[in-house]
Amino acid sequence: MKRASFRNITKGWLLLSPMLIVLGSVAIFPLYRTFLFSFTDAKIDDLINFSFIGFNNYIEKFEGLYYGILADSTWWNAVYNTLFFTVISVTLETILGLIVALCLHRAFKGRGIFRAIMLIPWAIPTVVSAKMWSWMLNDQFGIINDMLLKVGIISESVAWTSNSDTVMWVVIFVDVWKTTPFMALLILAGLQIIPGHIFQAAKVDGISGIRLFFKVILPLLRPTLIVSVVFRALDALRIFDLIYVLTPSNDDTISMSVYARENLFDFDKFGYGSAASTLLFLVICMLTLSYLGFMRLTSEKI
Amino acid sequence: MKKFLLFLLVPFIALTSTAGGAQLSVAFGNVGKDLDVLKEFFAMFKEKTGHDVNVISMPSSTTDQFGQYKLWLSAKNKGIDIYMLDVIWAPQLASHFVDLSKPAAKLAKLHFPSTINSQKVNGKLVALPYFTDAPMLYYRKDLLTKYNRSVPKTWAEMAETASIIQSAERKAGNSKMWGYVFQGKAYEGLTCDALEWVNSFGGGQIVSPSGEITINNQNAIKALITVKSWVGNISPNGVLSYQEEESRGVWQTGNAVFMRNWPYAYNLSNGADSPVKGKFDVTPLPKGEGPNARSAATLGGWNVGVSKYSKNRDAAVELALFLASPEIQKLNAIKSSHYPTIPSLYEDKDVLEVAPFFSIVKDVLKTSVARPSAPTKRKYNEVSKLFWSASQSVISGKKSATSSLKELESRLKRLKGKGW
Repeated sequence: MKRASFRNITKGWLLLSPMLIVLGSVAIFPLYRTFLFSFTDAKIDDLINFSFIGFNNYIEKFEGLYYGILADSTWWNAVYNTLFFTVISVTLETILGLIVALCLHRAFKGRGIFRAIMLIPWAIPTVVSAKMWSWMLNDQFGIINDMLLKVGIISESVAWTSNSDTVMWVVIFVDVWKTTPFMALLILAGLQIIPGHIFQAAKVDGISGIRLFFKVILPLLRPTLIVSVVFRALDALRIFDLIYVLTPSNDDTISMSVYARENLFDFDKFGYGSAASTLLFLVICMLTLSYLGFMRLTSEKI
Repeated sequence: MKKFLLFLLVPFIALTSTAGGAQLSVAFGNVGKDLDVLKEFFAMFKEKTGHDVNVISMPSSTTDQFGQYKLWLSAKNKGIDIYMLDVIWAPQLASHFVDLSKPAAKLAKLHFPSTINSQKVNGKLVALPYFTDAPMLYYRKDLLTKYNRSVPKTWAEMAETASIIQSAERKAGNSKMWGYVFQGKAYEGLTCDALEWVNSFGGGQIVSPSGEITINNQNAIKALITVKSWVGNISPNGVLSYQEEESRGVWQTGNAVFMRNWPYAYNLSNGADSPVKGKFDVTPLPKGEGPNARSAATLGGWNVGVSKYSKNRDAAVELALFLASPEIQKLNAIKSSHYPTIPSLYEDKDVLEVAPFFSIVKDVLKTSVARPSAPTKRKYNEVSKLFWSASQSVISGKKSATSSLKELESRLKRLKGKGW
């Protein structure tokens, strides 16, 4: 008996080993390297000769002043920007995605075509759509300003991507435009596994559409929504490409990833940038775990 | 579909058609029509030596370009033989490039000694000059004549003229007219522009050649306040997101009275399809105010460096020498209005015919001011970013000049820490 289970265990590990090796080499090893570099003064063009400097990249006291990421106001600004962006954009995408999904859930003529069309923004690579939007939002030649001027909503053209009042909202707007289809798709999938007879029963009982939505559909969609929001939030927390292309090196929109990249590659601080990446990883880890924990707690109460 | 298949095949065709000479790759950031001209030079090079050259196009923002270079060089990329290097990059990247002092011993003597010296790091010649650069003030001579204004010598005169012509032209129906366009986007270009403003008011050069942080001074504050008064009045608010090409877009469609730009815009603005063809001229950038006011032009320029990791080092060195030769420098001046670094070419008849403004270039180059890349060494990029961010926060009206420069000073001190 004991021998058999031992053999089973060995077999289990043997079968798992390819996956473990792949995971180890593509996920754990790079993570470990980043973690290691965050305690060094490495330079990007010389990753062999470096020395360990302890926690100095994170925080260091020198001549009465604090240095390091944790004392850098740009880093905290980046954290704030990222959280602001994530909360607003994911909320908007979830609400809009839900509305789109509910519309597409109904059977109507040409539904297949509409579903395909809806996915276009999601299918365009982010760099391309960011570049596209940056031209459309251009203050002199952009079509958006032209249209708004003609309709009379604005009286002179607005420099959307350089005005610090509008720039973050532009980033959020483009992200919502791009990612709502993705949310809609996930939610639509969730809607379609709700058995049809539940709707029929609701119809027989004669409850109103609004009550049907809040009392029946929403609770049944809950697991789907939780997963989609986690997916989106994870994505939004490491937002990089959209901001990097649409509003490069603008302190009003700098996110944690953009901050890390800037230090890793533009500035001569590979170790410091690695420390920023490590912190980014920890922040995302903590937020995801606490979100999931919160969801588990509240669902147990129900 | 056919096109797509062809697209997939291109790399293979490129790989297999290299019989004969070597296949060289050059990393190059395109501005204006530089790329087309460079390709002509490569065709000449191929005829001469049999070596094929292809261009790897880089982003037009030099900040992005530098980041990419660093990645490639740290990965010891063998695929790129030659890098086009901005004048400020030599000190930071020297260790990755071949020493050209021996192969270019003769050629180097033809060039301005100061240009050659700017590319020397500890006696090693990192790159050879392709062209040098210093910006100028472009002005619409037709509009200045129309409104009877003289060519401005100071920023105050420039702003006044710009404002008068802008409002008069708008009244006359040209609602898109602006007085002055420059580069206000948060990137290396703004560091160049802002350094000129500060320096023209006698406010130093951010960090002095000996490494002291000098930026927080009254003259610099005055300069930035002056520029802030332009944005939204004589310059569009969007100027805060303009690079060189965006400003040229406004200028070349005839919608700006003045523009600050590099010489490359001269030939393009005089192109056959340009609405401002023959209607403009150039002059050194205006002076600021105060006892130390001067005209200041940030020194730019591009140089050719041969990668240490190149597989075709000999052919690559040959190409670098070719691109720095008097023959190519002359053609480049004629075709792209780039300043040569060989003194005799400034008196060359063919050059002066297409680029008559070269007669003022000596004055412009005399007023040139270097970015503090030498004293701040490997920390230059961060210094530059802190400076352009601080400048942008002032000219966009987000912070006052006094508090922004005070903050910049303390940030630079933190960055300097134990030394540059």
